Parts: sequence; structure tokens; C-alpha cells
Amino acid sequence: MTTPTSSNPAAASEEFQLTAPPSPLRELWRDFRRNKGAVVGLALVITYLLLAIFANVVAPHSPIEQYRDAILTPPSWEEGGSLDFLLGTDAVGRDMLSRLIFGTRLSLSIGLISVTLSLSIGIVLGLTAAFAGGKIETAIMRLMDVLLALPSLLLAVAVIAILGPGLANAMYAIAIVRLPGFVRLTRATAISELSKDYVLASRIAGAGKLRLMFITVLPNCLAPLIVQATLGFSTAILDAAALGFLGLGAQPPTPEWGSMLSGALEFIQRAWWVVSLPGIAILFAVLAFNLMGDGLRDALDPKLKR
Amino acid sequence: MALLEIKNLSVHFGSEKSPMIAVDGLDLNVEQGEVLGIVGESGSGKSVTSLALMGLIDAPGRVSADVLKFDGRDLLRMPVRERRAMLGRDIAMIFQDPGTTLNPCFTVENHLVETLAVHEGGSRKALRARALELLQQVEIPDPSRRLEAYPHQLSGGMSQRVMIALAIACNPRLLIADEPTTALDVTVQAQVLDLLLRLHRERGMGLMLITHDLGVIAETAQRVVVMYAGQVMEIGTVPEIFTRPQHPYTAALMSALPENNVGRQRLQTIAGVVPGAYDRPRGCLLAPRCTYAEDRCHTERPALNRAAHGAVRCFFPLAAASAPASAANATPT
Amino acid sequence: MISYILRRLGVVLPTFIGITVLVFALIHMIPGDPVEAMSGERGMEPERYARLIAEYGLDRPLPVQYADYVFKAAHGNLGRSIVTQESVLTEFVDRFPATLELSACAIVFALCLGIPAGMIAALKRNTPVDYGVMGVSLAGYSMPIFWWALLLILFFSVHLGWTPVSGRIAIEYDPVRVTGLMLIDSLLSGEEGAFASAVSHLILPTIALGTIPLATLARMTRSAMLEVLGEDYVRAARARGLSPLRVVGRHALRNALIPVVTVIGLQVGTLLAGAILTETIFSWPGIGKWMVEAIHRRDYPVVQGGILLSATLVIFVNLIVDVLYGVINPRIRHTR
Repeated sequence: MTTPTSSNPAAASEEFQLTAPPSPLRELWRDFRRNKGAVVGLALVITYLLLAIFANVVAPHSPIEQYRDAILTPPSWEEGGSLDFLLGTDAVGRDMLSRLIFGTRLSLSIGLISVTLSLSIGIVLGLTAAFAGGKIETAIMRLMDVLLALPSLLLAVAVIAILGPGLANAMYAIAIVRLPGFVRLTRATAISELSKDYVLASRIAGAGKLRLMFITVLPNCLAPLIVQATLGFSTAILDAAALGFLGLGAQPPTPEWGSMLSGALEFIQRAWWVVSLPGIAILFAVLAFNLMGDGLRDALDPKLKR
Repeated sequence: MALLEIKNLSVHFGSEKSPMIAVDGLDLNVEQGEVLGIVGESGSGKSVTSLALMGLIDAPGRVSADVLKFDGRDLLRMPVRERRAMLGRDIAMIFQDPGTTLNPCFTVENHLVETLAVHEGGSRKALRARALELLQQVEIPDPSRRLEAYPHQLSGGMSQRVMIALAIACNPRLLIADEPTTALDVTVQAQVLDLLLRLHRERGMGLMLITHDLGVIAETAQRVVVMYAGQVMEIGTVPEIFTRPQHPYTAALMSALPENNVGRQRLQTIAGVVPGAYDRPRGCLLAPRCTYAEDRCHTERPALNRAAHGAVRCFFPLAAASAPASAANATPT
Repeated sequence: MISYILRRLGVVLPTFIGITVLVFALIHMIPGDPVEAMSGERGMEPERYARLIAEYGLDRPLPVQYADYVFKAAHGNLGRSIVTQESVLTEFVDRFPATLELSACAIVFALCLGIPAGMIAALKRNTPVDYGVMGVSLAGYSMPIFWWALLLILFFSVHLGWTPVSGRIAIEYDPVRVTGLMLIDSLLSGEEGAFASAVSHLILPTIALGTIPLATLARMTRSAMLEVLGEDYVRAARARGLSPLRVVGRHALRNALIPVVTVIGLQVGTLLAGAILTETIFSWPGIGKWMVEAIHRRDYPVVQGGILLSATLVIFVNLIVDVLYGVINPRIRHTR
């Protein structure tokens, strides 16, 4: 850096690259890549995503077709296993591998839909609370306190009690459970942004309330919300599986990871693969989003940047 | 024999290959019962030096020295336990920000009694009495009530007095004060300094006063060490250094003092900044900022040479006659 | 201190009122009306329907119904279970000790392992020990606990045959119910082997339920400890010649525990949520299992009462934690 620019064009362009600020996305990727765990998490997430999108192509069998003559076939590498069913079959002869692959599609959709729901409602409520203040703010925040006082799964169970068991209702339940977190986070970051000069400048320039809320302030609140949403994905997957396991979420024969485990206790002595494989799928999905969320937090949080 | 003897002390941080040099070959002595001032800009290695003496530099940092002796005993080669026992008993230290150096969960009494119990022992009652006595010695009003106080209930000056009480609790022979008044209000600064000097006189302890405030040094110290970028630039007695600085850096510091700028429109300052971790000059560390620098200064690093009143690290020490105000690489900003 | 507690109460009260409204609304948000929902697919004869509507007071205006509900609830009347005809409060009180015992053991388990693990990770920062502790705790944090419970059963009960699979004590023992806590009751019964049986039944549920709090506590303790270890007062304590044990165990830990206590408070909710799953798997006769069964049976008074009581419990414990927080953190205690 200290050598003066020479006539060599290569050296000059190199120096130019060094001084030009990296684009925000490139900078994010650079910070994100430092965290090895986060990269592993991202790779896992991408794998799961591809499996979910191409489930029809990848899965060797239909997830609900019952092969009556192949009930509880062990995985292919075990004695008595067959290459037809790589990971074995369950108690009614359905292919485990295909069910797991289609389960990926379900779990990711549940995560996506419930996080999108609670994130968008949370942002609107949080921004409203921050901008309106006074009674509206108190009302919104008290309501969130009430939701927070109920243990997460208990609240989800209560919502299911009203709406009745089922996959869609489980998604709504999970979205409601996650709502207070997003509302609180949006409000807190929006309030701290509101005190900054650029908001005042925009206000003086005559920006309307909606413009201030969604175009001026919101983009500056996004970093923590993105992190929270990523971590929310993992809890959504976990809660959906728990509801499925309790028989309150996805109903049979839907190939959902949690509901695949709900009858598994019975086979614990006879067929370990029925018990362990869906759990491994859940664990790694949750782990992947947690790792990625931690990495994003480190990369996005300016306080931790050197 | 010197109370504290340091030869070639170095402190490095960071990787082995490209270390960040915080202290670079430092030599100094503290005599029994003297006040030694250490001055320098921020980042000159003053605080790191004191932490190295206390053995408080942690893992990524590396401390090395040819000699590091307290009262003739080798600090670097004594068992860890023994060295720890000396801390607080023979060598004590007070820090810059009294607001954060007291544990927020403990009362003043907890702090004092714990320190006394660890080093001297005794019954709870006796320890409490000693604690009370110490608070009286550092001139804290209503000491018995203050014993029950938590740090957040004390003002900055009061906290620093408690820190001083903690430091002198076991009658140390050397007290290291790292910027003891910097974080305090101006009116309190003088009181705390007076207190430190009184305790120093009464107890005959050596006092190593680290500061960036030359005014404080002028009022209190007998000798002064001028540090720059982790190196000693000049050592001398206070009157000599203040009237006839030999190192261009010392001279520049003097000419930046407000009292040497009476009648000027602008304060004289020193152009440039202290070299950072990775841009240390090959030659004299001051060379890029020094108006007197010649070719030799840029290529070769000067050693600390004995001089008439102490020592100076410069190839071309200033003539005793040159007036401080004109000697410096000082430019109006 | 008292004013501090009163201030906390002032914040908690609106939340509590909100909970009662929510729980009351629960029964009215069910599609159709509650009586219809309870009757299931078979339906019921009109006379019985009308009688039940009148019995539950569902023909009165909503505010009157709400006032009535709160008044009765305040007197401990949460209605009767449709299935057992037993009072909801009695059923809750019957089952609560089982959940309390399990949760207490789980939190003790989490504390005993989580805090030391977090401390060691912080002290050995960026070493393999640190990475190991943090990796394991991340896995624990991401673990679906119903599956974890199945794995524990698979390994310890089925494979090794060390522990029983379900229930609180072997059938041959039937200790007289004194406290409702099986560990204590089995000791009081004086029967040989009863206590050991109760302990062996508790081990797996405790591990299953305690894993997430354990992982959370380890992570939290580590980060709190790292922050505290960088504080000036820790350095000052070392400069006074205090031993590392004293500096870490007394000066640093005391301060690091302040945020950790808050986390423990928040874990109570997690424990109750986890109890729903753990109790279902281990056939543990506590309130979690009770509520899941009630939902499956559409026993709405039980669901309603269970949610109200659990929420009250969570609010109450959080209040206690807030007060405790004031006790260990002098800065809070002394502000007016």
C-alpha cells in the first residue's frame, strides 16, 4: 500500500480494488464466511432447500404408497434390507427415504409460511407501536406481554384447541407464538432509529407517515429482523414437529417429520430406523438454521465488527 | 539498590510472525521512596508497562525482560504463587477509572476486608476496624457509613479514595498509579493527587505515577520518563527535563503546553500520529514527525544513551541552549 | 425494596387481566358454540343442549359471563371436567406435584452442569474445550426433545435395561400420598427400594426435560462470564493479589450470575412447554400430559383452566425472579 502507484496497470487496478469499498452484499459474505459453522449451516440449508424443491424427482417412491409385502424392511445396509428401500420402510410399508424427502418440503413450507406471517404482522404492529406511541402502543405491547406469558408450546396447543388439529392450523399457531418476538424487536429497533437525524431530515423534507415507517425507518431495522427470522425458522420447524408428534399438527398419512415419530415408540425395540431417522432430519434442519442465524448475527451486527 | 529494576522489557501482542509491539526494550529504575513520573501520548505503552510489572498481561500477550527485579528479587523467575502474594502486599496499583474498578456486587467493606484477609488475616472484627482506619486515612467523611456502601453509591472521587485505601491496605513499598486522576473532575483531581503525595511522604513508598499530564508531573515527580511508541525517549530529573529537554520529542511536548503558548493565537501541536502496530518506522520511531531528522534517523534506530542528567534516545540531542518553544516540530493546526 | 416489588406488581397485573380475557375468549372462539363442540360428531338432543347452555350461562351477555368467570376463578372455581366431572382445580392440584418434581429436577440438572460448563468454556476461550462445550450445547439447543427422549429410552431402557420406560414408581410400591412429590413420599413410606425406584423413574425424564435449559444456560453463562472477565474490577482484583479461584469464583461469577438468573426465570416457561412433550412420552402423570389429553377429548373446561393456571404460574415465577434479581443486583435494589 505504501509503494507509490507505478506505471504498471495491473498494480494500479489492484490498488483501486483495495481502496474501493466492497458492496454491502460482498461485505456481508466476507464477514459471514469467517464463521465456519455458519457456512456449514448455509450448505445444509441449501441441501434441504434443493431436496424440498426437487422432492418429486429425487424421491424413489411415493411418500404415501404402502408396500404391504415390505413392512418394516430395515435399511439397505442391514441384514434383510433391500436396495429398493435405501433407508427401510415403516410399519405400513412406506419408503422412509421418500417420506423424509417429502417431509423436508413440508417442514420448510411450514417454516416459511409461519415465519412470513409472523414477520409481516410483527413488522406492521411493531412499527405502529413505535410511531403511534401512547395508548395504541401500550395496548399492542400489553397484548404481546399476554402472549409471552404463555409457554410457547402451550400457546400453540391453546390455538390448536380453538382451531382444531391440522397442518394449516399448526402453522397459524406457530405464527402467533412467534409474533411477540418480532413485534418487540421491530418496535425497539424502530424507536432507536427514530431518534436519529436522518429520520428528522426526512420528516423535515415532508415525508408522510407511511413513507417514514416503511421506506425511511424499516430498511434500517432489517438486520436484527433477518437474524431473528432465520432463528425463527428453526423454532418453527421444531414446534411444528412437536405438534405433529402430539397428533395436533399434520395428520396421517402426511409425511411430516414430527408425526412420523408419533407412533414410533411402539417400534423402539424392533425397528430403530423408524425412530431415529426422522429425528436426525429434524435435528440437522434446526441445527442448520441456528448455525446460519448465529453467523448472520455476527456478520450483521455492527457492534461485533472490528 | 533500586526498589524496582527493569532492563529490556518488551511486551508483544498478536501473532509470533507479525507481532504488535506495545513495549519495546524498556529500561527504568524506581528508587526507594521516590516519585517517578511516566509521560507519553495514548498508545505509548505506559499502561501496558504497568500491567506487565503486575504480571497481568494475559495469554495472547507475551512479556520478556533481561531483568525485572523488585527489591532484588527476580519477578520473572519466582513461583507464580509467590509473585501473586507480592501483589497488593508489596506492589499495589490504582487504575484510571474508579467507576469500573470496584466490583459492583460488593460493598466497600467487602473489598477492604477481603484484601486484608488474603494478605494478613485476622479476626473479622479486627479486619473491620482496620478497614475503618484505612477509610479515615484516605480522608473519607463518615467512614463507618461508607463501609456499607456499594460502589454505585459513591462519587468518582470517593471511589478513587476507596481504591487508594485498598492499595495502601498492606503497606506496599511501591504504588503504581495509572492515570489516577484522569477520569475525575478537575476540582477533585488536586485533592486526590495531594492525598497520594501525603501517603507517599508518610509511608516512604515508591510511587510510579503514569500520566499524560505534564502539569501533574511537574508538581509531583522527582524524575520523569518520557515514552513514545513503546520506547523510552528520555529520562531525567524534573527541573532538567522541563527547562532543558534534550530529545526533540520532549521538547515538542513542552512547547505544546498551554503555559508555553501564552500570547499565541493557536496552541502548538505535534504533527502526525504515534506509529500504529504495523507501520513502525525502520529507523528512529519519531523520525517521520521530527523536523531535525536526518538520513541516519530514517535508517538506523538510536540507542538510549547516558546523558548529563539522565539518558536520551537520539543521534542529535538538542543543545542545552535551544529554547523549548522553537525546538519542536511544532506547527499550528 | 418493597416499592420495587410493588412496581413489578403494577406491570404484572395488566398482563394477568389480559390472560383471563384471553382464556375466557378461548371458549367463545371455538367455531360453533362450546356445547356443540363438546358434543362431538354425534350431536345431542335439543333438551340436553338447552339445559347445558343454561347450565354454563352461555345465554347471558358476554361481559356478564366474563365477570362471572373471573369471580368464580378468583374463588377457585374453574368449572368441572366434562369427561371426569371432577373439579378442574382439584385435578390440577392432583397432578401439579408430579410436574413440579420433574421440573425442579430438570432445572437442578441444568444448573449443576450448565453453569460450570459455561464457566469452563469462558475460561478456556478459543480452545478445543470451548469449541466442544459450545458445539454440544448448540446441538442440545437444537434438539427436538421428544425425539431425544425416544433416543434416551432406546439406549438406557431398551438397550442397557437400566431405567424404566414410564410412570413415576414401580407398581409394587404404592406410597401414601403426603406431599405428592414421589421422592419424598417414597422416603416417608419407609418401604425398602421405593425411593430407589422413584429415582430411577425420574432420571430419563429429567435429562430429556433438562437438556434445552442446560444448553441455554451453558451458552448464557459463557457469554456473561466472558463479558465480566474483561471488566476493570476483575483486573483490579487480580492486581490485589487475589487467587484465580477467588477472582473467578467470587468476583466474576457473582456478576456473571445476574443475567443468568433472568435466563433461569425465562426457562420456567420452556420447562412447562417441554413438560407437555416429556410427560406424554414417559406417561408422567403431570399437567402437561393432562392438557394434551384434554385437547384430544375436547374437554374445554380443563384446557381453559389448565392454560389459566399455567400462565399464572409463569407470571408468578417471573415475578419471583425479578425480585431475586433485585436481591443479587445492588444497583437495582437501591434505585427508588
